[in-house]
Amino acid sequence: MKLKKRKLLIDQHDKYGMWGGKFGGNFVPETLKKPIYDLEILFSKLRNNQKFLAERDKYFKDWVGAPTRFIKLNNLSNHIGGAQIWSKVVSDANGGAHKIYNASVHCLLAKEAGKKFIVGDTGAGYAGKMLSMAAKKFGLKCKIFMGAKDIKRQRPNVVAIKKNGAEVIPVYTGSQTLVDAVSECMRYWVANCDTTAMCVGSTVGPNIFVKICGWSTSQISRELIVQIKDKFGSIPKRLKLYNCVGGGSSSYGFWSEFIRYDKRQVELIGVEAGGPIKSKKHAAPLTYDSKIGVLHGAMQYVNQDKIGQIDETESISAGLDYPGVSPLHCFLKDLKRARYTAASDEQALNAYKLVTKFENLRPSLEPSHAFAVALNEAKGLSKNTIVVVNSCGDAIKDKNILKARLGKNYDKLY
Amino acid sequence: MINYINLAFKKSKKEKRPLLLTYTVAGDSTKQKSLEILRSISKYADICELGFPHNTPIADGGQIQTSAYRAIKNGIKTSDVFKIVKDFKKDKFSTPIILMGYYNLIYQFGENNFLNECKKSGVNGIIVVDLPWPENKKFALKCKRRNICFVQLISPTTSYDRAKKIIKDSHDMIYYISMLSTTGAKLKVSPSEIYKNYSKLKNINPKKNYVVGFGITEKSIKKLNFADGLVVGSAICKEITKSLKYRQNAVTNVSRIVMNLKKLIS
Ligand SMILES: Cc1ncc(COP(=O)(O)O)c(C=O)c1O
Repeated sequence: MKLKKRKLLIDQHDKYGMWGGKFGGNFVPETLKKPIYDLEILFSKLRNNQKFLAERDKYFKDWVGAPTRFIKLNNLSNHIGGAQIWSKVVSDANGGAHKIYNASVHCLLAKEAGKKFIVGDTGAGYAGKMLSMAAKKFGLKCKIFMGAKDIKRQRPNVVAIKKNGAEVIPVYTGSQTLVDAVSECMRYWVANCDTTAMCVGSTVGPNIFVKICGWSTSQISRELIVQIKDKFGSIPKRLKLYNCVGGGSSSYGFWSEFIRYDKRQVELIGVEAGGPIKSKKHAAPLTYDSKIGVLHGAMQYVNQDKIGQIDETESISAGLDYPGVSPLHCFLKDLKRARYTAASDEQALNAYKLVTKFENLRPSLEPSHAFAVALNEAKGLSKNTIVVVNSCGDAIKDKNILKARLGKNYDKLY
Repeated sequence: MINYINLAFKKSKKEKRPLLLTYTVAGDSTKQKSLEILRSISKYADICELGFPHNTPIADGGQIQTSAYRAIKNGIKTSDVFKIVKDFKKDKFSTPIILMGYYNLIYQFGENNFLNECKKSGVNGIIVVDLPWPENKKFALKCKRRNICFVQLISPTTSYDRAKKIIKDSHDMIYYISMLSTTGAKLKVSPSEIYKNYSKLKNINPKKNYVVGFGITEKSIKKLNFADGLVVGSAICKEITKSLKYRQNAVTNVSRIVMNLKKLIS
């Protein structure tokens, strides 16, 4: 099992769609084989089609807003007193998070396929919000599946989804969070795949969904590598890229162009959700005890019990509250190309406080997990180490949680 | 070696009727109850499918999900499923049992371990919802070596060429999914449409046994009696839910339904 330097990671799978012979694949009901095959054919054709690429780039530039900023966090760097701390402000993107890339591409594909309907899952509500935005833009009717617990805790995004004319379908099964939303969305697709396109909200699900999502979010690192070379003249000798990992779409997109570098030069650090400090229901399959198993059509590290029932998880951040993780990250972990760790709810909240105290930046609870680990590790590093954190979501959606946990003046410094 | 699934098909063919398959979830509502239900309905059912429940099912509708959650809440383990089969087989050895479920539970148990336990407890066939062809080739071969029927699934979205390949690799029984749906939905296509698709498959290899499932209830079963076999699941799970709600005897209620289903196709 080795990484190929010249091939995108999303394409380094075998004929069964497995990375490293172990992760990914298509563990789906027979009914979905055909729509998945159709999508594979369509995507492989369009990703090499100049007209399609030009269209994508046009939307990314004019509508999503490319490139998002790459900024130095001077005050925070001075306060920490170690490595230089930078951020890629992906939350600049239209809608406020990286989920816009995958949503736009899925809608473009659905349009090409002649579909009139699109459905998607969401946890934090960003994947749903962005899909509803893109669906509206491209004239598709849209349904979003969302756990009942998440509908309550991510209200602002629910309001946005409805404003865009999409229907929000509450899911009451299981823990009523992202894992249940994805299951319900897939079940809906099984019953409606003849008329309806499905967008999986992260680099999870059957192989083709991992690929399309990773291909879409890679926009982040295509921008970043140019911005880094522009600021530093070349890739710095010591570069560390921190990103939160739920399903793994923003982290894969953030790292994609850098995977081929030696890890002693460019280190990739993924931060999962540890959950409340006293809880054992971590949403962190790459960090805490998980086993390889099937979830949502793919082999991956997944939090599950002895016999294979999927665990309930718990995290303050709805976007990271998922028991599985992308096969791409499972592969990167096994290859030791990326390092994975977790931050607790409390550590994420503290990081949020610190970042907003010193900088004009409001990372949502998901990237606050990445900041927690990055700021902690930056302390002990030299000034010529460049730490970059992907601030992949805006905290507006978390205002109720932040108010409840940090007091009503939680953002007074902003 | 006697092949009880084939034998069951031969018997129903002799009686000029489709074979009746029931689906219930192991451990619904308790381990003991599900065994009693199984024993009682096997008076009428020709083959009993027994689901091993999973909490993240991507192809099941509300009724079967409810049954599955009930069983999981009551602590059903994969090893309990084999125990139920073993107990059932003590006095009903010739009624075939087909286990049905999701691959993760087999994977965690270990494929070989799982199949050895199947053999020991008397399981006759296996359906794995999320292990499609050709991914299932290796596993299907392992089944065959142990004289266990691996049931291939075919759906309305399966192309003709693909169906040919699946049928070629299939064992004694093939499961045709009547429509695009999760389990438990209303039949949304006409029986004549199902007949058309069914016949196409049957013609590919008329020697194989084809059963039709999804959306079959007391209302619709008669119109589908062209098939070699018919599967009823959600209607039964729904009856268990109803019986629990009204504090009635699930065993007798469910048996009454299965008796009626049998009458309707006899
Ligand atoms: C802002 C934000 N960051 C991160 C995530 C986690 O998903 P992923 O790991 O796919 O980026 C989400 C998911 O909803 C999100 O909204």
